[in-house]
Amino acid sequence: MTLTGGCASGIAEGDEVWHLRLYVAGQSPKSLRAFTNLTRLCEQYLAGRYEIEIIDLVEQPSRARSDDILAIPTLVRRLPEPLRKIIGDLSNAERVLVGLRL
Amino acid sequence: MTELPKTPTGISGLDEVTGGGLPRGRPTLVCGPAGCGKTLLAMEFLVRGITEFDEPGVFVAFEESADELIVNVVSLGFDLTQFAADGQLVIEHVNAVGAETEETGEWDLDGLFLRLGLAIDTVGAKRIVIDTIETLFGAFSNTTILRRELRRLFGWLKDRGITAVITGERGDGTLTRHGIEEYVSDCVIVLDHRVTEQASTRRLRVLKYRGSLHGTNEYPFLIGDRGVSVLPITSAGLDNSVSTERMSTGVVRLDAMLGDGGFFKGSAVLVNGTAGTGKSTLAAQFCDATCSRGGRAVYFAFEESEAEIVRNMSSVGIDLRQWVEAELLQFRCFRPSVLGFEAHLFAMQRFVNEFEPAAVVMDPVSDLLRIGTGADVFAMLTRQVDFLKARGVTTLFTSLNSDPDSAQANQQIASLVDTWLLVKTMEGNGELNRLLYVLKSRGTAHSNQIREFLLTGHGIELADVYVGPQGVLTGSARQAQEAQERSDGTARMEDLEQRRVNLERRRESVAAQTAALWRDFEDEADTVRRLLRHGSTGVEDRAGQRVEQGRLRRADADEPRYAADARDVDVGAE
Repeated sequence: MTLTGGCASGIAEGDEVWHLRLYVAGQSPKSLRAFTNLTRLCEQYLAGRYEIEIIDLVEQPSRARSDDILAIPTLVRRLPEPLRKIIGDLSNAERVLVGLRL
Repeated sequence: MTELPKTPTGISGLDEVTGGGLPRGRPTLVCGPAGCGKTLLAMEFLVRGITEFDEPGVFVAFEESADELIVNVVSLGFDLTQFAADGQLVIEHVNAVGAETEETGEWDLDGLFLRLGLAIDTVGAKRIVIDTIETLFGAFSNTTILRRELRRLFGWLKDRGITAVITGERGDGTLTRHGIEEYVSDCVIVLDHRVTEQASTRRLRVLKYRGSLHGTNEYPFLIGDRGVSVLPITSAGLDNSVSTERMSTGVVRLDAMLGDGGFFKGSAVLVNGTAGTGKSTLAAQFCDATCSRGGRAVYFAFEESEAEIVRNMSSVGIDLRQWVEAELLQFRCFRPSVLGFEAHLFAMQRFVNEFEPAAVVMDPVSDLLRIGTGADVFAMLTRQVDFLKARGVTTLFTSLNSDPDSAQANQQIASLVDTWLLVKTMEGNGELNRLLYVLKSRGTAHSNQIREFLLTGHGIELADVYVGPQGVLTGSARQAQEAQERSDGTARMEDLEQRRVNLERRRESVAAQTAALWRDFEDEADTVRRLLRHGSTGVEDRAGQRVEQGRLRRADADEPRYAADARDVDVGAE
């Protein structure tokens, strides 16, 4: 499942694109909370230049191994480099911003 | 009530210590300092499970990558790649300390759970190793959540009925750095790696085993070329079958001293003495005797090389080369300091198991004291003796005694052995001579004599015993005594000859005297006979007269009588 922020025409030209990936395990309250928190922050700070990919490890457990995921939920900033990880339900907005270097 | 089900580890000795294995379907904590062998022990638990009990396993590695692990255990003969290819093993490398991680709010370890679940299901694992889970404490800052998740993890493993081994590094004053023993409380095994006097020994102890009896001692263990071996002393035990068969010592007179033909088969013998007393020669002669009867012998030498021993023994007429060539005798020569105690013990035991000798020589065990304390040497020898006795192997230990007058130094070792021979040198008459005696020999009517023994051109010989006012005579004093006895003997013989001659002469003189007496006697006899002849005529005359007188006195003398009757009548008439 991939959500793209901003309008249908996609990401504005020239701007830095943020590629975020959120690992969840089913529809757990923590996962749902993390997703809600993440989209809110993205809309607030990265409107129009972000992409959120959601990976449900219950459906693809092998991804946990290949991507080295232990904690759920885990948010991975794939782009821009370098890779950064934030775990937890992202309830503390300030720490998420620090973690993402926003 | 059924007994706690156990999963045998297949690790040599560990199943004896734990009374059958680890608790089935529960986690066991294996903890100890760095380098104590936790990972290898855990890995062997999986490998034995696959090879011996057909139980597939999962190895969760937090510290090492799969490739590193595979390489590390190749030396133990474990081919992890093959097990993985056969679908019996999954190595799950978890890189916990990867990219920089920030934590915000609630999280759990479902990712890890899913990974483990997937790995377990892939091979249908019955065993799992988690090595070392405490690495997670370096990866997550919220330890409250982490601890809750670990507790949940162990519960989850239990629910799945998987026998787990969790490794943990020893912390400061706690079993593990982060106290995970709190969650893994069914069975705790502590490993240790101690260095005493430069000799390192690995030890294993079952600290806790809920619901089961277990050995509580510290047991030495070794990581050898075939994996981990724990050697509990008690597993050797004291229930060996005993033999009344004898093994010749190779020295005829020593066999006689020990009563009825030598050492008992399967007994332990200590030859104790100061330097240069011929301990090794006794040992070599024992090997020689064993091989000449077709038995196999092993000579563990800690001081000399095989070539040196063979050469030295040939100088006293013991040809060991022939037995080496006939593959009856094997030497194992090494300095004790090249390995730790346990390594020696296992190397020797493994070799004995393969070669199956009838006799084993360890020359000298006192060298082992260089690599450990007396207590360690004693413990090692105890196990060695138990092991060898259980196999009916006759063992001869030599031991160098630094104090020539003291038998105390080896007192501890001596209590282990069945036969204790003491060899020592004695100074006197400007010589140093060798003496041998049997200090103890269990179950034999052994000699109490102190014997001088000689290194001759054909091995050891015990000399004849000469006891002087100062005790046993040795060396030239003995030879002088032998000469003295010889000359004494000669003198005695001469004396006897003289007496015989004298007797003969006396016999001659007695014969001559007897002849003279006989002659006198014959003369007298002649005279008597002559007189008797004349005398008898007189009697007849007297009888005639008496008859005549009777007739004259008108007595009734009807008939003439014999002279003798006439005399009776005569008496009666008066």
